[in-house]
Amino acid sequence: MAFAYFPHTPDDIRRMLQRSGVSSIDDLYSDVPEKFRFRQEYDLPDAMSEMEVRRYFEELDRADTRLTVFCGAGAYDHYTPSAVGYIVSRSEFLTAYTPYQAEISQGTLRYIFEFQSMMCELTGLDCANASMYDGATSAAEVLLMCVASSKKRKKVLVSSTLLPNVIDVVRTYASYHGVESGTVAAIDGVTSRDSLEAMLAAGDVAGVLVPGINRYGIIEDLSGFADAAHSAGALLAVYSDPSSLAVLKTPGEWGADIACGDAQSLGIPLSFGGPYVGFLACRKDLMRKLPGRIVGATADMDGKRSFVLTLQAREQHIRREKATSNICSNQSLMALFVTVYLSLMGPDGLKKVNDLSYGGAHYLHDRLLATGKFSEVFDRPFLKEFVLNTSLDPEKLQQALLDAGFFAALVTEEGYVSFCVTERRTREEIDAMLDVIRLLG
Amino acid sequence: MSKTVAGLLYSESHEWVSVDGNIATVGITDFAQHALGNLSYVDMPETDDEVTKGEEFGAVESVKAASDLYSPVSGKVVETNSELEDAPERLNVDPYANWIIRVEMSDPSELDDLMDEAAYISFCEKE
Amino acid sequence: MKYYDKLIFELSCEGRCGYTLPDADWAQTSDSIPDGLKRSAAPGLPQVSEPEVVRHYTNLSDMNFGVDTGFYPLGSCTMKYNPKINEEIAGMPGFKGIHPLQPRSTVRGVMKLYGDLSSALCAITGMAGFTLNPFAGAHGELTGLMIMRRYHICRGDMKRTRVIVPDSAHGTNPASAAVCGLDVVQVNSLPDGTIDVDHLKTLLDDTVAGIMMTNPNTLGLFETRIEEIADLVHGCGGLLYYDGANMNPLLGVVRPGDMGFDIMHLNLHKTFSTPHGGGGPGAGPVGVAEHLLPYLPLPRIDGEKPDECAGRVSGFMGNFGVLMKAYAYILMLGRQNIRMAGPLATLNANYIKESLKDCYRLPIDKVCKHEFVFDGLADKSTGVTTLDVAKRLLDYGFHAPTVYFPLLFHQSIMIEPTETESRETLDAFIEVMRKIAEEAAADPDMVRSAPHNTSVRRPDETAAARHPVLKYRDLA
Repeated sequence: MAFAYFPHTPDDIRRMLQRSGVSSIDDLYSDVPEKFRFRQEYDLPDAMSEMEVRRYFEELDRADTRLTVFCGAGAYDHYTPSAVGYIVSRSEFLTAYTPYQAEISQGTLRYIFEFQSMMCELTGLDCANASMYDGATSAAEVLLMCVASSKKRKKVLVSSTLLPNVIDVVRTYASYHGVESGTVAAIDGVTSRDSLEAMLAAGDVAGVLVPGINRYGIIEDLSGFADAAHSAGALLAVYSDPSSLAVLKTPGEWGADIACGDAQSLGIPLSFGGPYVGFLACRKDLMRKLPGRIVGATADMDGKRSFVLTLQAREQHIRREKATSNICSNQSLMALFVTVYLSLMGPDGLKKVNDLSYGGAHYLHDRLLATGKFSEVFDRPFLKEFVLNTSLDPEKLQQALLDAGFFAALVTEEGYVSFCVTERRTREEIDAMLDVIRLLG
Repeated sequence: MSKTVAGLLYSESHEWVSVDGNIATVGITDFAQHALGNLSYVDMPETDDEVTKGEEFGAVESVKAASDLYSPVSGKVVETNSELEDAPERLNVDPYANWIIRVEMSDPSELDDLMDEAAYISFCEKE
Repeated sequence: MKYYDKLIFELSCEGRCGYTLPDADWAQTSDSIPDGLKRSAAPGLPQVSEPEVVRHYTNLSDMNFGVDTGFYPLGSCTMKYNPKINEEIAGMPGFKGIHPLQPRSTVRGVMKLYGDLSSALCAITGMAGFTLNPFAGAHGELTGLMIMRRYHICRGDMKRTRVIVPDSAHGTNPASAAVCGLDVVQVNSLPDGTIDVDHLKTLLDDTVAGIMMTNPNTLGLFETRIEEIADLVHGCGGLLYYDGANMNPLLGVVRPGDMGFDIMHLNLHKTFSTPHGGGGPGAGPVGVAEHLLPYLPLPRIDGEKPDECAGRVSGFMGNFGVLMKAYAYILMLGRQNIRMAGPLATLNANYIKESLKDCYRLPIDKVCKHEFVFDGLADKSTGVTTLDVAKRLLDYGFHAPTVYFPLLFHQSIMIEPTETESRETLDAFIEVMRKIAEEAAADPDMVRSAPHNTSVRRPDETAAARHPVLKYRDLA
């Protein structure tokens, strides 16, 4: 029985076996002990046609509830321009391997170089790598990088205002790596610099990770953080939403040594959490401590400008257990996604995304307060995401909104309710949600 | 056949040492640079770092390989060759004219474990 | 291939744009943010119109080579054909719009996929349960090693901090072990590339957390003493980790769980045909035997949070889009076609090996599995190296094999054809490889200066590493 992806006819198989010097397919496995040959039926569905596969996924799709998203918490519903999807689906990009053969990979190498350049522009730092898996793992890698740079110190500090899943991933990596991770307390919704300075005083901290925009949506004022860290011999890293960096002070401007985060906010669909793309940028003197792939410019035999994977002596395929990281596959195609998105948006488009998100979020914020059912937790500047206290039962509020087709009022660990508005949310959608909330008692 | 220089001491990990009083100057041998190919980076310790005989003090990198440097002596780093920061290829051109670190030795008797030129030549023949 | 030299920044012109967005009628904009929190100047992103953006990236794509372009015999990378139905499914708008923190009651379809895919992977591998969260193979290794460590720690067996890795293993194995805080101990290979069991015996004691193995190994050879190895490692209290990088030839033939492995990962972008995307995204699900189920990391498919769990390794639940593609492929394979996947990959590899072993040096002349390794040209007198052969292949429209790995030989050429290539494609590749061997003898300088027909030729990697230029602003 022929199968669409296996071109072999019975005659092909017969001729190929003959050339290979074996009499049957089974003979190709004669070195496998019989007890390990799986002779039973696989507990899998019968082979499906394309139409049947499509039907399976259409049924899955119908089993999910379509919701209008008013939630962020690390995944943001920004708009994807049509041209982005068109470019990333080109099979020359989609079906290529890692660009080890530079001569036939200039396309991949050039977009990675552009991606690195754009991450530097957004973060205000000197160099960036070719991508990480996601924001949370980029944060974990940053702290490993801090420990490796310091050589002797085995302690890192993370702000308690970082997203909960980022803190959990950092803690997990740190605990296995033999690194102590301390938590910097928050005061009034933002990282406490006093608490940080006290924890740095012992002079045993390799690096500090703080958010640009924190788990409550607040834009943190990081004045003095870099000095505090540096005077204690520690590096400062900022976990940033790169979309917001079109308008917000950059990690470089705050004096940070390293920036990381998730570039999903640059137009990548929510897709239940992946594929997204982490980014990692740093000051030039930390360049050789970067994890993962890096592309650099050079010239070929004929003097033509060319791009290659470079500084590979940091990486696992050369350095093995002494590599800066174990990362091999990254999220390259999503780096292309972000690069095309930023090319289309430019500085003005990205600013406008922030303007629309800011305007919508503040409209919703003010009207929620006006219902009398919500009150401020922290009166601090925010961009597109904020938390409030509510006099309603938070769980029931969230459920009522789900029933009305809105994913909003996400209940935080602290019992606040969180909302997020991007440029995709219209005034009609916001008003419709407010109507539902006004009727709740 | 790689070059050697008379009067230097050699380690099995292909570092050379020249001794001036209590100061040991350390580099890599011609054999080592040849095995690595075109060098692209030399990772050096900082001045005042302590090094220990037989333990890593840095690394030399080419495009497709990296090799740790092992200190032939113990002591404190008093100087590193900053010329190598921007021009690692100097080690390819003349590995004996371009040293990597200078160490104030804490135990000069450790030098006794190193090879002289003749011993190193026969060591390399077996490598 | 045509050479196109622009970077998107070089197409930029002040005042141009490639976006359309609705006009805001909100009362406020981001200008209301206090000045002290705002950046001093706009980022230096390119300003380009949409047609220029599309043409630029289309031109870049013309300088790329994918599986859809031609044969990709890249050893250890399993570059099989990526069915187009998978892309359409992952692109369905409903799936793209799901927020990862939505309550489970609103994502019943998504959770059914997680359940169905992990059950299918269990059936295929003989493991008891999977986490689909790891993003790639190396991430799966790290997750698996965390499970291994957590298992020993939860048993109070704190001193098991060494992990045994064959000297021929992929670099990610020792690197993942190091990130996980484990000390790497190398076990030697025998001349035929299989594990030296006598050496292994000398390494086993009560400080061993486990062993990481591929089977077949890096040379494409089945580790026939796997049962003995499993007994030895289990006997000393360690666990067996299966690196799924080489799972493809076993697909439909052997299940790692049946060979005694306790933990494993799969590279869905290799074995289950999701596109490599120029280096990612992949997916590296980790499977465990029954007794290790509580150690699977958060967030879990079962929604539980056992005390034993190994922690959290991902922001959310992995590369959902990639998982959908892999399951679509598994559904197309079904219980019937999966039987032929591994065998045809193995047949293709042996066919190439036997067709070329007279002109390329075959150090281990045995039946291989999905891949095998030549040690350069048979004729060592030409001065033509493995690198030269690889570059010359590009001129003929083939991707190069994996070269200079494994390190067991000086001139390694590692070839893995996969099961989706036809006999005609293999014949064309064989013919070109033979022709290159002839060229090496007749005109070695021509081969040594290859490639001749590509958009660029042997870029200077040493210069790139000596004076790194890593962003547009730093270009001279």
